[in-house]
Amino acid sequence: MPRDGTMLTVVGKGGGKDGEPGRQPGGQPGSAPKKRREAVRFEGVNIEFGTPGKTVFRAVEDADLTIAEGEFVAIVGPTGCGKSTLLNAAAGLLTPAAGRVSIFGAPLSGLNHDAGYLFQQEALMPWKTALENVAIGLQTAGTPRREARAEAREWLRRVGLHTFADRYPHMLSGGQRKRVAMAQVLIRDPQIILMDEPFGPLDAQTRLIMGDLLLRLWSEMKKAVLFVTHDLEEAISLADRVVIMSAGPAARIIGDFPITLARPRDISEIKLMPEFQTLHRDIWHMLKAEVLKAYPDLTMGGEQ
Amino acid sequence: MSRVTLTTLQVLVAVVLILCWQLASTTHIIGDPQNIAFFFSTPVDVAQQVWDWFASGSIWYNLWITLLESILSFLIGAIAAVILGFWFARKPKLGAVFDPYVKGANAMPRVVLAPIFTLWFGLGIWSKVALGFTLVFFIVFFNVVQGVREVDRTILSNGRMLGMSERQLLRHIYLPSALSWVFSSLHTSIGFAVVGAVVGEYLGSAAGLGYLIQQAEGMFDIAGVFAGMFVLAAFVIAIDYGVTLIERRLLVWRPQVHAES
Ligand SMILES: Nc1ncnc2c1ncn2[C@@H]1O[C@H](COP(=O)(O)OP(=O)(O)O)[C@@H](O)[C@H]1O
Ligand SMILES: [Mg+2]
Repeated sequence: MPRDGTMLTVVGKGGGKDGEPGRQPGGQPGSAPKKRREAVRFEGVNIEFGTPGKTVFRAVEDADLTIAEGEFVAIVGPTGCGKSTLLNAAAGLLTPAAGRVSIFGAPLSGLNHDAGYLFQQEALMPWKTALENVAIGLQTAGTPRREARAEAREWLRRVGLHTFADRYPHMLSGGQRKRVAMAQVLIRDPQIILMDEPFGPLDAQTRLIMGDLLLRLWSEMKKAVLFVTHDLEEAISLADRVVIMSAGPAARIIGDFPITLARPRDISEIKLMPEFQTLHRDIWHMLKAEVLKAYPDLTMGGEQ
Repeated sequence: MSRVTLTTLQVLVAVVLILCWQLASTTHIIGDPQNIAFFFSTPVDVAQQVWDWFASGSIWYNLWITLLESILSFLIGAIAAVILGFWFARKPKLGAVFDPYVKGANAMPRVVLAPIFTLWFGLGIWSKVALGFTLVFFIVFFNVVQGVREVDRTILSNGRMLGMSERQLLRHIYLPSALSWVFSSLHTSIGFAVVGAVVGEYLGSAAGLGYLIQQAEGMFDIAGVFAGMFVLAAFVIAIDYGVTLIERRLLVWRPQVHAES
């Protein structure tokens, strides 16, 4: 498929109106579709890593992607294709070898201070309690300790963990740790939220509950979200747009599908809707080919 | 194994050993008891000596001196090591330049330093503190360097994304990470602080457990030597227990991986 094919909707420039008639974003009751600023923009981004053999490994090639303010974009791709790498570039933790990343129109240099980042790996400080972990994000910005803690308590309540405030991370379950991490990121009220397979290691039920929680919190704040996942169903149920990356190396963005399911969504029911299933079939058709490419050794003689 | 059984068995080991010792040094089962008692003393004599020390109260002063030297050498050594270790780890170039010197200094057998320290600091506690320092410092130092270098990358990136300045990173991430390494080597480093104090006292002093042992040895008072060793062992066990309590306090945030079952 050509990169600028018909499927690609360019969001940001025209306010993203074309894909929207069926959708009424939760927090904007009937307001005229005002021009949405672009929150994050990748332009021709290449990301490379040095390898021991002095050769250069190109993880991501020529990535073009725009995320508008208040938009929820999911990135799906086979494992190892460069999803985390792309998020790191948006966070300013990595500098692209070519191309550029701009944040609210300004080119990004150094850390992206407008972004909150929910990491794929465990990132809570094990020596701080849940409460301290959540409060720290405000304390770094100069909020007095008492105030930060009161606010952190409120956020723990919001993610359903107020009774676990004094526990250390190792005393929490994986799902609870992710919720603490979510509160830790969201308490700073970042304009852009980067999430890297946040529900990856969790069981199916917990994922549903977490997805629900995330949508509820997001509908209150309406921030730009860049959500990486390997789970297509999860991507479709949560996002406004699903972006597909090809298998690496030199992964590219090969598809961009607007998800026109109405909000608010009940993500445990949404999978039964015919509209969902049509979308899923279309997108999976493209993704499947890439997933198979990521495992070349396992696909000999597979069915077509 | 229940606590009671465990304690019973532990006591049983001591009883059996002491019984064998008593039999060997008073009967003809193994050999000439006179001979054996000359080299190993007898449990009764040793117990008598320990009793005398505690009854007269003379032991307390010596214990206090050894404890003081151990604590001072641990504190000074650990604090210096944390500060220098941080500096070293955060400035890799500086670390690279000084690396061979640190390794060389660490390879030095400490006993040869004892006479020099006596010359510099006199016969009082400070020459022992200096000896303990040279032992404690390197253990803590290497742990701090390791702790700072092995800070979890994700936690560090997370700290940055949460808006931490360099100072806040130091306080909230590097320091706790390094200290957790230091705490987990607490038993070893405090043990070495005691070794430094006792060896220092043994080689020249006027008080302390090492001094007691050295005095008894000088007079071929074998019961005194053994009594000194027993008190020292009890002292070390007591300190180790104290360290365990402190450690539990400081490392509450750690999963209990090596908890004894
Ligand atoms: N620091 C690094 N050095 C070299 N290669 C890396 C590094 N980080 C990631 N890669 C490579 O980049 C590719 C993309 O990685 P990543 O973004 O983590 O994938 P995923 O899509 O699973 O998140 C992988 O092939 C990985 O091996
Ligand atoms: Mg990843």
